[in-house]
Amino acid sequence: MDWEYFLELFLGGITRGSIYALIALGYTMVYGIIELINFAHGEIYMIGAFTALIIATVLTMAGFNQVAIVVIASGAAVLYSCAYGFTIEKLAYKPLRNAPRLSALISAIGMSLFLQNYVLLAQTSDFLPFPSLIPDFEFWEPYAHIISSQELVIIITTAIVMILLTFLIKFSKIGKAMRATAQDMNMAMLLGVDVNLVISATFIIGSATAAIGGVLIASHMGQINFYIGFIVGIKAFVAAVLGGIGSIPGAVLGGLVLGWTESFFAGYVSSDYEDVFAFIFLVFILVFRPSGILGRSVSRKV
Amino acid sequence: MKLFTISEIKKSFFIALWFMFLTFPIMVIRVNTVENEIKWRWENMLFIGLGSFFLSIIWRYTIEKKEAGEKKSETGKSAEISFFQQVVETPRFYVPATIVTGIFALVFPFIFSIYQTNIMITTLIYVMIALGLNIVVGLAGLLDLGYVAFYAVGAYSYALLNHHYGIGFWTALPIGAATAFTFGILLGFPVLRLRGDYLAIVTLGFGEIIRLVLENWNEFSFGPSGIDKISRPGLFGIELSLHGNIIYTYYLMIGLTLFTIFVVNRLKDSRIGRAWIALREDETACQAMGIDNTKTKLTAFALGATWAGIGGVVFAAKTTFINPASFTIWESIIILCIVVLGGMGSILGVILGAFILILLPEYLRAFSEFRMLIFGAALVIMMVFRPGGVISEVRKTYKFKK
Amino acid sequence: MKNTIGKLFCILTTGLLLMYSIHGCSFAPDTINLGVAGAHSGDLASYGLPTVKAAEIVIKEINAKGGVLGKKVRLLVEDDVCKPEIATNTATKLISKGAHVVIGHICSGATKAALGIYKESSIICMSPSATNTDLTLSGDYPNFYRTIAYDDAQAQLQVNYATKILKVKKVAVLHDKGDYGKGQAELSKKYFEKSGVKVVLFQGVTPGALDYTAIVTKVKREKVDLVVWGGYHPEASKIISKMRKNRMKTGFMGADGLKDKTFIKVAGKNAEGAYVTGPRDVSKNPLAIASKEAHRKAYSSDPGAFFDSAYAAAQALLNAIEKAGSTDYSAVSKALKTEYIETPLGKISFDKNGDATGIGFSVYQVKNGVFVEVN
Repeated sequence: MDWEYFLELFLGGITRGSIYALIALGYTMVYGIIELINFAHGEIYMIGAFTALIIATVLTMAGFNQVAIVVIASGAAVLYSCAYGFTIEKLAYKPLRNAPRLSALISAIGMSLFLQNYVLLAQTSDFLPFPSLIPDFEFWEPYAHIISSQELVIIITTAIVMILLTFLIKFSKIGKAMRATAQDMNMAMLLGVDVNLVISATFIIGSATAAIGGVLIASHMGQINFYIGFIVGIKAFVAAVLGGIGSIPGAVLGGLVLGWTESFFAGYVSSDYEDVFAFIFLVFILVFRPSGILGRSVSRKV
Repeated sequence: MKLFTISEIKKSFFIALWFMFLTFPIMVIRVNTVENEIKWRWENMLFIGLGSFFLSIIWRYTIEKKEAGEKKSETGKSAEISFFQQVVETPRFYVPATIVTGIFALVFPFIFSIYQTNIMITTLIYVMIALGLNIVVGLAGLLDLGYVAFYAVGAYSYALLNHHYGIGFWTALPIGAATAFTFGILLGFPVLRLRGDYLAIVTLGFGEIIRLVLENWNEFSFGPSGIDKISRPGLFGIELSLHGNIIYTYYLMIGLTLFTIFVVNRLKDSRIGRAWIALREDETACQAMGIDNTKTKLTAFALGATWAGIGGVVFAAKTTFINPASFTIWESIIILCIVVLGGMGSILGVILGAFILILLPEYLRAFSEFRMLIFGAALVIMMVFRPGGVISEVRKTYKFKK
Repeated sequence: MKNTIGKLFCILTTGLLLMYSIHGCSFAPDTINLGVAGAHSGDLASYGLPTVKAAEIVIKEINAKGGVLGKKVRLLVEDDVCKPEIATNTATKLISKGAHVVIGHICSGATKAALGIYKESSIICMSPSATNTDLTLSGDYPNFYRTIAYDDAQAQLQVNYATKILKVKKVAVLHDKGDYGKGQAELSKKYFEKSGVKVVLFQGVTPGALDYTAIVTKVKREKVDLVVWGGYHPEASKIISKMRKNRMKTGFMGADGLKDKTFIKVAGKNAEGAYVTGPRDVSKNPLAIASKEAHRKAYSSDPGAFFDSAYAAAQALLNAIEKAGSTDYSAVSKALKTEYIETPLGKISFDKNGDATGIGFSVYQVKNGVFVEVN
C-alpha cells in the first residue's frame, strides 16, 4: 500500500468535503426549520464570491495592502450574501409559508434561475480570474506538496466555522429559538418566539457560511463565473441529505463522506465514474438508513 | 388600502434604498480581471432605485389584495371557486371551449409557420411526459427529481435500435415504453422505503447516474458526441418532405396526447388511481385500509416512467440527434415545474402548465438575453400569487340528492 | 362573473396582440437575412456571444458600403443554448423568418441536430466553432461549411509535435467528458497509439468540480512525460496549477479550447511552458487588428472566443452571395468553393467538403505570460 498516495487522496477528500459541508450547512438549517429545499442557496455562494472579486479588484486598483483587501473583501462577501439571503426569503418564500411545500420549491428554483441570469447580465458570461486571497505561507513550504497552504486554510476555517456555529445553536438565545422552531413552529409561536425573526436569522447564518465557502473556494480555484453555484449546490445538498438533513453535525459528516468517496474512487478506480459512484453510495446509504447517517428516524404517529 | 399614504411612500422609499444597496456591487461595478479594467455604471443604481420604488408599491398592494381574498374565502361560507374552475365545471362553457380548441388544434399547422408547428410538437411532448409525472407527483405524492432518466431511456432505446438495426419509429415506440417501464420498476424498488425529500434526492441521484453512464460509456451510447441521423417517424414508407414530416409528427403527437389524456383520466378514477390519492393523503391510513403500499407506489413509478419513455422515443425521432446534454437535471426540474405550476393532480392544469412553461421561453426570445431572467422571475411571481397552480385539482364530491 | 369574463377577454386579446407583434414582423423581401444561431445564454454563452458581435460588426460595415447586391443585410439572432432539441426549434424559426444563410451553430451537437433541417430547406450553414470531424468529412451535410479546422487535424499536429520534438514515451490523456473535450481526447489517444506512444491513463474529470487532487495524484503516480488535455481552459488551469503545486514538472499540452488569455491569467506562472495548439497566429493580420479595433470601439471590450473565425464566416458568406449574384443555394455553394476572400484568418476559400482552405493550426508555448508560436 502506497501510504503517501493514500494520504494525498485523504486530504484532497477533506478539502472537497469541507466546502461541501460549508454550503450544506445552509441547506440543512433552512430545511430543518421550514422544510424547504432552498435551491437558490448555491447562487448565494456564487454571489458571495462575485462580491469578493469585485471589491478586491477595486481595492487592488486603489492600492490597498494585501491584508486590508482580504479582510474587507471577505467582509463584504459575507455582508452581501446575508443581505441577499434575507431579501430572497422575504420576497420568494415568506408569502408561501402556508402554501403547499412544492410551490415553495418551484419558487426557489425560479429564484435560482433569476439570480444566475442577473449576474450573467450584470457582469459577464466568461470565467473571471479570482485573485488569490490566501497567500502561500513560508513556514508551510516543506509540506506544501502534500497539502497546499490554501487547502490548509480551507480546512481550518471550516473547522472554526463549525465550532462557532455549534456553540451558537447550542447556547445562544437565538439558537435555542431556532431549535424550538425546528421542532414545532406553532408551539414555538405560542411560547413567544418570533418565528419570522428566527427564519430570517437562519437564512442569514446559512448565507454567511455559504459566502465563506464561496470566497475560500474561489481563491483556491482561481476563477469564477455565474454558473459555479449550481453544480456545487446540488453536491452540497446531496451531502446534507447523506448526513441527515436538518442535522448540523450531519451536514459536516455528509460533506466529508461525500468528499472522501469521490476522492478515493477517482484515485483508486476511475474518475470517469466518480459521480456515478457517489450517487450509488448515496442510494445505498439511504436504503439502509432512510434518514441519513446522523438523521433521527422519526416515528410517525397514527 | 390606500396606495399613496405618507407611510406607504416612506416604506417604498426605504425598500428602494435597500435594493440600491443590495445590487450595488454587482449592478454598478463591472470588473474584468483579465484586462484589469473597472467600469462604473452609476446610472444602473438610479434605475434600480426607481424600479424598486414603484414595484414595491405594486407588490405590497397585490399581496395585500391576495391575503384579503384568502381571508374572505376562509370566513365566507360559499368558498369562491376560481373562475377557471367554474368554466371547467359548467357544460355550457366547456363544451364549446373543447370544440373550439379541437378545431384550432386541427388546422393549426396550416395557418401557422413551420416554426410554430415545431414548437407545438415540443410542447405536446412535454404535455405527455408531464401527465406521466403527474401520476407520480400529483396523484401518488412521490416527489421525483430524476424523471428525465426515463425520458433518456426512451430516447436512447429508439436511437440505438435505429442506429444498429434500422428499427423504425412504430416498432420502437412500444419497445421504448416497455424499457422505461422496466427501468421504472427497477429503480422503484430500492426507494420504496423512503419518504418525502429523501425520495427526491435518491431519484435525483438516479437521474444523474443514467446521464453520467450515457456520457462515459462510449462503447454503448457513443458518449457525449451523441447519435445522429435518427429516422423521423415513417408513414407507411412514404417519403415526406421536411415540412410534411413536421406536420405529420404534429398530428401524431396530437393523437398520442389525446391517448395519454384518456388513459390518465381513466386511471385517475380507477381503483388504482384512488389508491394513489389515498397514498398521497396519508400513507399510514392508506395501509390500514388494506391497500398494498409497495404495489401502489411501484405502479405509479412504472406507469409514470412509461410515458416518459414514449415521450423520449418521439423526442429522438423529432430532433434526429440526441446526446446526454439533453437529459440534465434541469430537464427534470422543468417538468416538475410544469406539474406544480399547472396545478398538481389536475389534468387540464398540467396541460396549461406545459403550454405556459414551454411556450413562454420561446416567445420570450424577443427579449433575447433577458429571456431566462424573466422566466425565473415569472416562476417566483406565479407561485407567490397562485401557490396552488393555475388550476388546482377539484376533489370529487358526492352530494346526497333528495 | 361578467366582470371576470371581461377581464379574461382583455388578457386574451392583449396576449394575442403581443404574439402578433412578436411574430407579425415578417421579413421584408428586400433584405439579405443572415441568421446567427448559437448559445447566447446558459453556461456556454461565452462561446456563442462573440459570434453575434462579429456578425454585427461585419454587417454594419457592409451596410455602410451599400449592402450586398444593393440590398441591406439584416441579422436574425437566435439562441440555441447549445442544446440539440432547442437547436431544431432555432433552425425552424430562422427558416420561418426567412434566413438566407446561417452562421452557426456553435456546438457540434447542436449543429448536427440543426443541419438536417437546413439541408432540406437548402440553406447554407457556416460554423465558426464546430470542430467535430464528421460534420464535413462524412459527406452527409453538403450544406455545411466552417472557418475552423477540424479536430482530426489538430490531434495529428499535437501527436506529431509530442513524438518528434518533445520525444515523449508515456502520456496521460485527460478530458472534461464533454462533446468537444472527449472527442478531442479520443483522437489524440488514437494517434498516440498509432505512433507507438503508450497512453497509460485515459480519463475524464468532472467539469466544475471543486478540486482535482485525485486525478493529479494519479498522474503523478504514473510518472508520465506529458499530460494531454481535451477540453476548455477553466478545468485545465486548475489541473496545471495543482500539478505545479505538487512539484510535478510533467509537460502539459492542450488544444484550441485552452488558447485563451484567461488560461494564462488564472494559472499565472504555473502555465509557463504549457503547449497549446490553436489556429495559426493572426495577430499581425491587418484585418484581424482592424476587426479587433472595431469591437473595442463598439463594445469597449476585447473580443471573445471564436471572434475571428466568426468574422471570417460572416465575410465569406456575404461575399459568396455578392459574387453569386443571388441567394440561390447552388450558386452560393459554387461561389464559396471558387472565390477567395481576405479575412482576419488570411485569404480563405472552401474545399469540396466545406472546410476552409488556407487556415491551419500551429503549436504555441506559454512563455513569460504570452502564447509564443514554436514550430
